[in-house]
Amino acid sequence: MQITVTVNGTGYTREVEARLLLIHFLRDELRLTGSHWGCDTSNCGACVVWLDGTPVKSCTVLAAMADGRQVRTVEGLARDTRLDPVQRGFAECHGLQCGFCTPGMMMTARWLLDHNPAPTAEEVREVLSGQLCRCTGYENIVRSVLWAAEHEGDQ
Amino acid sequence: MQVPAHVEYEKAASVEHALTLLARFGPESRILAGGHSLIPMMKLRLAQPETLIDINGLAELSFIQVSDGQLRIGALARHAELLADPAAGQHFAILHDAERVIADPIVRNWGTVGGSLCQADPSEDLSAAFAALKATMVIRHPDGSRTVPARDFHTGPYETVVAHGELLSEIRVPIRPGGGSAYQKVGRRVGDWPVGAVGVALWLDGDGTTIADAGIGLTAVGAPHFAAAAAEEFLCGAPATEESFARAGQIAAEHCRPVSDQRGPADYKRHLARELTVRALRQALARVARDA
Amino acid sequence: MTSAYGRLPRKEDARFVRGLGTFTDDVALPGMLHGAILRSPLAHARIISVDTTAAEAHPKVRVVITGAMLEQRQLAWMPTLSRDVQAVLATDKVRFQGQEVAFVVAEDPYAARDALELIDVEYEPLPVVADATRALDPDAPVIRDDLAGQRDNHIFDWSAGDQAATDAAFAAADVIVRQDMLYPRSHPAPLETCGTVADLDPVSGKLTVWCTSQAPHAHRTMYALLAGLPEHKIRIISPDIGGGFGNKVPIYPGYLCAVVGSMLTGKPVKWMEDRSENLMSTAFARDYHMHGEIAATRDGRILGLRAQVLADHGAFNGSAQPTKFPAGFFHIFTGSYDLRAAHCTVTGVYTNKAPGGVAYSCSFRIAEGVYLVERMVDLLAAELDLDPAELRMQNLLRPEQFPYTGPTGWEYDSGDYPRALRLALDMAGYDKLRAEQAEKRAQGEHMGIGLSFFTEGVGAGPRKHMDILGLSMNDGADLRVHPTGTAVLGISCQTQGQGHETTFAQLVAEELGLSPADVEVVHGDTDRTPFGLGTYGSRSTPVSGAAAVVAARKVRERARIVAAAMLEAAPEDLEWADGRWQVRGDPEQGRTIPEIAMAAHSGLDLPAGVDGHLDAGTVYNPPNLTYPYGAYICVIDLDPGTGEVRVRRFVAVDDCGVRINPMIVEGQLHGGLADGVGMALMQAITYDTDGNCLGGSFMDYLLPTSVECPSWELGETVTPCPHHPVGAKGVGESATVGSPAAVVNAVMDALRPFGVRHADMPLTPANVWSAMQGRPVRTDLSDS
Repeated sequence: MQITVTVNGTGYTREVEARLLLIHFLRDELRLTGSHWGCDTSNCGACVVWLDGTPVKSCTVLAAMADGRQVRTVEGLARDTRLDPVQRGFAECHGLQCGFCTPGMMMTARWLLDHNPAPTAEEVREVLSGQLCRCTGYENIVRSVLWAAEHEGDQ
Repeated sequence: MQVPAHVEYEKAASVEHALTLLARFGPESRILAGGHSLIPMMKLRLAQPETLIDINGLAELSFIQVSDGQLRIGALARHAELLADPAAGQHFAILHDAERVIADPIVRNWGTVGGSLCQADPSEDLSAAFAALKATMVIRHPDGSRTVPARDFHTGPYETVVAHGELLSEIRVPIRPGGGSAYQKVGRRVGDWPVGAVGVALWLDGDGTTIADAGIGLTAVGAPHFAAAAAEEFLCGAPATEESFARAGQIAAEHCRPVSDQRGPADYKRHLARELTVRALRQALARVARDA
Repeated sequence: MTSAYGRLPRKEDARFVRGLGTFTDDVALPGMLHGAILRSPLAHARIISVDTTAAEAHPKVRVVITGAMLEQRQLAWMPTLSRDVQAVLATDKVRFQGQEVAFVVAEDPYAARDALELIDVEYEPLPVVADATRALDPDAPVIRDDLAGQRDNHIFDWSAGDQAATDAAFAAADVIVRQDMLYPRSHPAPLETCGTVADLDPVSGKLTVWCTSQAPHAHRTMYALLAGLPEHKIRIISPDIGGGFGNKVPIYPGYLCAVVGSMLTGKPVKWMEDRSENLMSTAFARDYHMHGEIAATRDGRILGLRAQVLADHGAFNGSAQPTKFPAGFFHIFTGSYDLRAAHCTVTGVYTNKAPGGVAYSCSFRIAEGVYLVERMVDLLAAELDLDPAELRMQNLLRPEQFPYTGPTGWEYDSGDYPRALRLALDMAGYDKLRAEQAEKRAQGEHMGIGLSFFTEGVGAGPRKHMDILGLSMNDGADLRVHPTGTAVLGISCQTQGQGHETTFAQLVAEELGLSPADVEVVHGDTDRTPFGLGTYGSRSTPVSGAAAVVAARKVRERARIVAAAMLEAAPEDLEWADGRWQVRGDPEQGRTIPEIAMAAHSGLDLPAGVDGHLDAGTVYNPPNLTYPYGAYICVIDLDPGTGEVRVRRFVAVDDCGVRINPMIVEGQLHGGLADGVGMALMQAITYDTDGNCLGGSFMDYLLPTSVECPSWELGETVTPCPHHPVGAKGVGESATVGSPAAVVNAVMDALRPFGVRHADMPLTPANVWSAMQGRPVRTDLSDS
């Protein structure tokens, strides 16, 4: 079947199997390999991208369900060459080690800050509770998001 | 990652269209809502439908509203929407308590209330919550619709009364003033299915010391119809005291049939049925007082 | 000149925050095919037949590889890291649920997965050994009937320490406390699963393998030995790796099958396992059934320690540790205490489970030893009614005892243990916590305080003692300084998130007066880096880091000679100060490394025997392990009505010697502390009596999230390592090793009023509640 999905502002029309998962469409069809996958049971969140402005686990969504919709991935976080404050926060606060969970964490963080510009540490932990990290023990991820909240206005 | 088997795909343009497609593609076709129950099953190849009928575009099923003295929740309401809805939270704290502990925030963005209820997992939190509220399900079929009490909606693990060719469209909960409700869940970790969970809705008599009506819903502990009917009966007309709550918890525990599994042994789950019933009753009572 | 050490933000982050990392599944080559593995549903069964006809007829399938096909190429079995053999694809029997039976190569991964269902395998089920404690029963089925002469499920017996002296110590004791305890089977579960892209070029004969490997050079050598390919025609590339934690050390059957697939099809073949395959078949960790005994005087002087261990190694002995140590470094189980004597025995057995054993940041079984001794010390404290912090303080090794040789032969390099414990107690406000606990108990509320003090030995290791399959555990470093004075460091260790591209640049920069930005670190590609045994066991800083420093100092010494020629001075008249070689007493006369590099490559007249460059390399043979240590304190709140445990606080004081990049060190510690919460409270790979793996997905193998983890409180002491070139010790595994005991001790502390003495991990709500009822649960095995 043919689908048209807008990813990071660009429309892509492709012929796909109905069963193709959105994460595979992004990674293998469109070669946007910044989003990752890490489990079989929708638990790990390495695959989190935005679908119509809302973070979803793209391993649990069919590409067909994204037909006619907007997707935003980590590759669409930066504006041209300007990193998003979330990206800068993660680099500034050592919020990543192996980098595998990072795109998903950043996409959720960006969404959180869009809706709650001054979250508490507890709120950050809560919103990330469906996404696993094996390296950081979450401490610096939380600090990174709080840093981004404080530096939204910076250039 | 594990991936689904081949499947065909149709997009429904309306509820009528969805019903037509269900009829056309027969019993091997399945409704696809948020997909967060169905797609994981398809990836593990435990479910292998031939055709998926995508209803995500059906705005007519995506609502949460108060009208005619009822809270009406469209089947396509996302978990996150129900959790964020002020009216739902105001009238039925139990729904917010339950939604807060269902899966995780990201899954809640896309998974739907109707999808979870129709998946009919014996550990589904919303099944217990709506059983406690004595809600009514509205099921659409080609010739119109029918209503089924929440407690009769599930017929067994992963089985509901929604026949092939029908579609759950709405859940309705009558709004009665002066009530309090709560949901208590124990899981091994945030986001886990419950080891045991109990939801309670309470209404008191005019003098505020006697229980006028009570709903107790339990999940994951093998309670028939996700409810503790005998415990509810005991509470009606009983004083709203610790003693009554303790007895109600005991009765609820006696009337469930938990199974030992990786989440815990049966005796522990039975203990939770009792303990969480008491805690939910306490919390519901406190909310009656607070909101009075 | 400011030091290059410090909290430098990481160079590698630039690509990761943009989603531009290259992980193995990101690799896509022209014509690439995809592999999928058919796995056994049964734990123990004879294979009657394997029919691949229907799968081969699938229009998108190129080839289906079976055990029989591999057998023809002498590739059906491969050596393991413990000198056993492991089936690549099963031929006679399957020996664990999830074992590899066939490998499909298809045009796309969805088709490969479909084709698995078209393979028909007939099995004859055999009785299963799922209970390690029954593996040596006289009537137990023999799992490894493929090994000549193997008549039971016994693998090895090993012991360490002085049995007679230990018996004497016990005889002299007033009090002996005994306890059985299980360290359940666990799994590192890095977020990226294991996988590979194998590309055998049919024209050049060169095999290029992208792989999630923590030890690319060791893999290269192994492939050469296994597949009979000349080693110079093999290139292993470990690209970015999404976490290793010991899970990515072994060569897995899937890798070899992908290589064979590439051989047969002439195309690159990618194989990425899914999460259930990762959990069910790749290197697990722990699974030690331990019996501990501790002997002490009535006033709390610990005299001796004994341990007997039954080690469940699964169906093949594939555990990864230095070959001379089948039980790894478990015999450091005497911990941080001044004991007269200790003795331990370890018996390894086969069971019908996945192979492995050494993984998940255990520092080669030190995690198991630390857990044992720290639980025994707490049990002793309870028995003697002494405060567990005081009991530890009384028995900790004293600074003046270092360097210290323990009762099982370990030479601890340096440490000031009491200072670390005092700092942790101060940070935690220990006395206030005990007062709070007493108050709360009076009101029916329950909290627990648990301690763990650990010492580990990391940085394997001296070539005399430590090798893996005959390859000594030394690591190389190559440093090239370009004419314009920037440098490229090639290292043999391989990062999986530890930040080597930054810390190793800092190490070299510090030695040469350069900026870390001017030092590029190359790792992971065996064509571009020197030989070494890879990254695990916290060995990067102790071994590779030392190699990098030694290489940099060689460069600096070369530079001295060139600088002397530039300055027309004698080399011995130059001193190194402020990043320059300068004339002693005349600092104006000085040259930086970049200036010297350009001069070295110029026409400058150089002394005889001195070549015109500044490059240098080395292979570092560490004289000893390094011994980081720590004092951890965990505070939990218990809900006795449900058995739920919440970790309120976790204080961790660590001493890993000199810290090159404290930010990175702290990150490593944060991650390991989360492991402690996970293993203590929720993680375990359990089996049922039929050998069905019950932890095959993240729905049941539960990992801690941001909500279960508190905000970690870190403290630090610095006791330099006397033998490391910059005084650093390893640290990557410290927190994973030290933290589980602190959490378990805290829970047991909370449960004391309920008469609970011990309960095994994971302390899930059900397990805690069951223990409170006097019915502690066996956590490794469940009824079918």
